[in-house]
Amino acid sequence: MKRLLVTLALALAPLTGMAAGGPAVELQEANIDLNNHAAIQRGAKYVANYCMGCHSTQYVRYKQMMEVGLSEDDIEENLMFTDDAKVGDLMTIAMPNKDATNWFGAAPPDLTLTARIKHGGADWIYSFLKSFYTDSSRPLGVNNTVFQNVGMPHVLWELQGVQDPIYRYEVHQDGDTIASFGTEAEAEAYLEQQPDGEYRLERVVERLELVQPGSLTPAEYDQVARDIATYLTYISEPVKLERQRMGIWVMLFLVVFTVLAYLMKKEWWKDVH
Amino acid sequence: MSLMTWIDERFPATKVWNEHLAQYYAPKNFNFWYFFGSLAMLVLVNQIVTGVGLAMLYKPSATEAFASVEYIMRDVDYGWLLRYLHSTGASAFFVVVYLHMFRALIYGSYRKPRELLWIIGVMIYLAMMATAFFGYLLPWGQMSYWGAQVIVNLFAAFPFGIGEPLSIWIRGDYVISDATLNRFFALHFLLPFVLAALVFIHIVALHKVGSNNPDGIEIKKVKDENGIPKDGIPFHPYYTVKDTVGLGVFLIFFLGIVFFAPDFGGLFLEPPNFEPANPLKTPEHIAPVWYFTPFYAMLRAVPPMFGSQFPGVLVMFGAIIVLFFLPWLDRSPVKSIRYKGGIFKAAIAIFAVTFVVLAWLGLQPSTPTYTLLAQIFTAVYFAFFLLMPFYSRIDKTKPEPERVTA
Repeated sequence: MKRLLVTLALALAPLTGMAAGGPAVELQEANIDLNNHAAIQRGAKYVANYCMGCHSTQYVRYKQMMEVGLSEDDIEENLMFTDDAKVGDLMTIAMPNKDATNWFGAAPPDLTLTARIKHGGADWIYSFLKSFYTDSSRPLGVNNTVFQNVGMPHVLWELQGVQDPIYRYEVHQDGDTIASFGTEAEAEAYLEQQPDGEYRLERVVERLELVQPGSLTPAEYDQVARDIATYLTYISEPVKLERQRMGIWVMLFLVVFTVLAYLMKKEWWKDVH
Repeated sequence: MSLMTWIDERFPATKVWNEHLAQYYAPKNFNFWYFFGSLAMLVLVNQIVTGVGLAMLYKPSATEAFASVEYIMRDVDYGWLLRYLHSTGASAFFVVVYLHMFRALIYGSYRKPRELLWIIGVMIYLAMMATAFFGYLLPWGQMSYWGAQVIVNLFAAFPFGIGEPLSIWIRGDYVISDATLNRFFALHFLLPFVLAALVFIHIVALHKVGSNNPDGIEIKKVKDENGIPKDGIPFHPYYTVKDTVGLGVFLIFFLGIVFFAPDFGGLFLEPPNFEPANPLKTPEHIAPVWYFTPFYAMLRAVPPMFGSQFPGVLVMFGAIIVLFFLPWLDRSPVKSIRYKGGIFKAAIAIFAVTFVVLAWLGLQPSTPTYTLLAQIFTAVYFAFFLLMPFYSRIDKTKPEPERVTA
């Protein structure tokens, strides 16, 4: 009897048990520039408009944006949507965690430190925002190749449009991929030809295809994702650039200090033999 | 009558200064490995000073702790610097202490008459680990929470029905909670004083027996007509100026990390710890901070026996306890690696590699291969100590010199 074990697994990244930071997915490079204040400002606008209905950034204050060139009026007009908020306030949201848990299964996480939590930081955010695709098996009709079975809808779909997945069917044996096919039928046919043994058929998202364009071109949408990644990286550690600038002076001082200390040591030790 | 005389008649200021600095004679042949004692003290001072600053701004409560750390990072002037100095300092403390201990290992600084000096040192190491463990819970991130959960659960593995009550007593609750955070904060604040006291005792013991040196010979055996060791030089100014150079080089590395890579690639500040503690969400991979991982690897290497994790816990603590016996395990006629034979040199090299490999393994998720490797290296770790009485005796040593060499 032919012993053929086939399992159809919906796997996006056939890697399990990766180190902290989530499973390894190939990320696209965001190429952000924290010196680009315009990008940070645009990112802040997108996050305020599209994300902060559900996600807070509660460890950062609105007035933080004054550090990247916005005035108090700019902040009030473009980022603050509640009447009683002040620019010195933390960027909290009104949705109670309990309701959020009821609606989405889990409370949407705070985004202040996402860039420091996720392996890949800005690249992860950038890739995540670009990787939603239609998946009728999910409650909200979408899935994400970077964040499997994500619990949120694709809030930027109007901008990006709708992406469909193009699958590849991989045949695995002893952990190795031995063949790969464009359709499930081809893969099944191939398996019929194989000698006895244990095989695993795995469905993998090969790439995503834009099937319904959004209001932005793909290049424009990439820029939106990049701006959001820039902003979220900025607020994850606003002091980063200042820290590095200060560090250069500290290093210069220490080099001079160490050289002087060395010369002093040499002088003192002249008579030790 | 000068002010100094007035003071000296009431407090032995000049006497203490002379006995411990200006007329404390240290061997003149200290090398690279001798920087780390004074650097360890410097890092301890850094931890205490930055720690007190942080304690004034931090809130040890489950609902406020995480946010208060972010408040320090963002809203407090130079709060980020205070926090990074403290978090990097914790890792730096272990780096310098590991190098300091390795120095003792290669030059036989634990041998007679320095057994107590070594034992006090191991107690300092234990106190450091306890301090670091309590401190790691305070940011109240995911790794803080689950790391503490794992470690406190080790005590629950204690047999005879006392494990479970013991772990509840430690936590003050059935899980890590606000009560645990509050008491860990208190202990994290207390232990540095114990640490400072132990360091003081360590130095008192050191100055009684005098420093060892890379040749592992006693400079007190050869003295001049004034009773001063011929190979000794006053600690001050010679070693104070020399240690200043070491300080400069150390600070370039230390502050380089503080200003340019405070996460240190996720080793010093782990990415999951930027996510607030969530008792309902277990991270997929829990690893302690790098300085604990050699012992964590040993813990995981031991399979549960009779349905209990206790044997693993014993092995883990045994790995530290065995250090206390080191002075009596080494039966070599010489102290320093310079005059020891090939067997001992090879043993130390293998031990160093073992420690690093175990540290690496402790950071990895456990797989059958890694577990097997951890088992092998755990055995090697213990073999280094337990077989020492045999291999150190049969080792072919070279004769020690009369006087120190360069």
